[in-house]
Amino acid sequence: MSGRAGHALSLQAVSKRYGEFVAVADASLEVGSGRFLTLLGPSGSGKTTILMMIAGFVEPSAGRVLLDGRDITAVPPERREFGMVFQGYALFPHMTVAENVAFPLRVRRLGRAERDARVRATLDLVQLEQFADRRPSQLSGGQQQRVALARALVFDPALLLLDEPLSALDKKLRAELQDELKALHRRVGRTFINVTHDQEEALSLSDEIAILNNGRLVQVGAPHALYERPATRFVASFLGRSNFIEGEAEEDDGGLVLRRGATRVLAVGRAGPGRALLSLRPEKIAVLPEGEAEDNVVEGRIAAWSYLGAGYAITVTTADLGELKVHLQAWRIPVTPAEGLPVRLGWPRGAAVAVAEDAA
Amino acid sequence: MRPAGRHALGWWGLILPAFLLMTAFYVAPILQVLAISFTEPQPGLGNYERLLTSESVQRVIGTTLRIGVVTTAIALVLGYALAYRIALSGPKAQRWWLLAVLVPLWISVLVRAFAWVTLLRRQGLVNQGLMAVGAIEEPLALVWNEFGIVVGMVHYMVPYAVLPMLSAMREIDPRVLAAARGLGAGRAGAFLRVFLPLSLPGVFAAGVLVFIFSLGFYITPAILGGGKTLMAAEWIKLQILDLIRWGLGAMMATVLVVAILGTLAVFSRLVNLRRLFGAGG
Repeated sequence: MSGRAGHALSLQAVSKRYGEFVAVADASLEVGSGRFLTLLGPSGSGKTTILMMIAGFVEPSAGRVLLDGRDITAVPPERREFGMVFQGYALFPHMTVAENVAFPLRVRRLGRAERDARVRATLDLVQLEQFADRRPSQLSGGQQQRVALARALVFDPALLLLDEPLSALDKKLRAELQDELKALHRRVGRTFINVTHDQEEALSLSDEIAILNNGRLVQVGAPHALYERPATRFVASFLGRSNFIEGEAEEDDGGLVLRRGATRVLAVGRAGPGRALLSLRPEKIAVLPEGEAEDNVVEGRIAAWSYLGAGYAITVTTADLGELKVHLQAWRIPVTPAEGLPVRLGWPRGAAVAVAEDAA
Repeated sequence: MRPAGRHALGWWGLILPAFLLMTAFYVAPILQVLAISFTEPQPGLGNYERLLTSESVQRVIGTTLRIGVVTTAIALVLGYALAYRIALSGPKAQRWWLLAVLVPLWISVLVRAFAWVTLLRRQGLVNQGLMAVGAIEEPLALVWNEFGIVVGMVHYMVPYAVLPMLSAMREIDPRVLAAARGLGAGRAGAFLRVFLPLSLPGVFAAGVLVFIFSLGFYITPAILGGGKTLMAAEWIKLQILDLIRWGLGAMMATVLVVAILGTLAVFSRLVNLRRLFGAGG
């Protein structure tokens, strides 16, 4: 593989309408050279439509697609030079593994010697050299996935597009291939754009995640930034789990104070005066031992609990904040959970983040 | 007997009545007729000797094969284009297309043959049209020759060519075609390197079906050939009904049956013949 660096892609106010139905509304996105970006969203959120517009299979109703600043909106898919791993892989069933991988080189009329050398090198890269003469139907799901990757990478594409590349695999294999995909990205140094509905996959693979809901880009950022500071209720609940606390907001020097009943919750983030919404991750709430203090302390009773091996999932009923879900590591819990047991919950100020309600 | 064996015997028992019926009323009479080729006019292989010695027998076989091959080739090309168009259209349009393909099958082959005669004869619509626009001076001989036979037979065979090919094309995953485009193949490249090879089993199946049908055509060549171009089926009728040479007619019938079974045997190694009978797979 040559030392060509990755390419940068940008979407400028791209929309796709099918009659009345808006599949993608006004999406703008920058993908830096060599980055791994994941489009994450539930089914029907428009993530695949965006990928298909990047690939050139779907023509945007409005907006532009730029590669390294050059407008490619009108360029047909076969001339974009993007590698693509399709959902279900779409390997050519009538060709061997080597012929599948050679396909992009064959249609580019590369010489035989160079073609063979590149196919070998790419099969090597995905550790499939000994399967070169098999048919796709004789391979396992994971091997087929690697053939699809090799086929998409062999012609040294400007971008690699992945459409739910791991969704056809079972859970264990998926975790394994996630690591492989990540390592591959580091090795080839290309720009990868991935589509998935699996938040764990998105968090572990990506440099950046773009979250979509109902055809709109809701938030774009590094995985930890999205997880720690979700912008909306949707992001907070789609990426991980979250408690939501609604109340009257007021500003103070440390950030935000939310009043609900007799309870004041210290939080971070911005919210206009009036009603505000906080997101509070279950694993950031602690059950406080006797006498220990915390920025926020709330008393309640355990309404339900379940043991998960590594920890406990507990639901605590509080007077003002309603039910709070709490995830505790087993070794950090100071009491033995039991229904009706009174507990003191505490969390630092930074754990409660102001989020916006979802746009209707 | 092992339980599995007894089980299998039960299944065979179920089809036994149908098997006996077929043997008694279908297979046995046919074999009896075919056997005449060895017994009339005197016992021996005399009739089959004609295959090597008689020019007229060889000419009939040559004509039949030639028309069969030409018809198959043209029907495959037209059928492929049609099947491709149908396979690429939406589900609702597909139903209408299929109806249009199937409607000719419901019209009597006799009616269709005479319709072609009307169109193709010297004072027919085609010749008069061409003369009216000045394309030709004299009417062309479009019927009562091999050309007319091929036209009529292709018309009859196209639906039989479309159906197996369409069934093969429908099994092609559309994502595979998108993949070909995405990986750098143009429309033509994606078709030639991916769609065409994946549809080939259907083409083979359609080819076998059409070719076998073509060998045994009787009414269409009889009417559109005008008695001048003889294909095997009409020649057999001539031998048996007009010249009362049962032995020779039965010999040609045997050759036809053997040729068909031979074609099936060869192609069953290449393609899944169940596709012909709509079983798919």
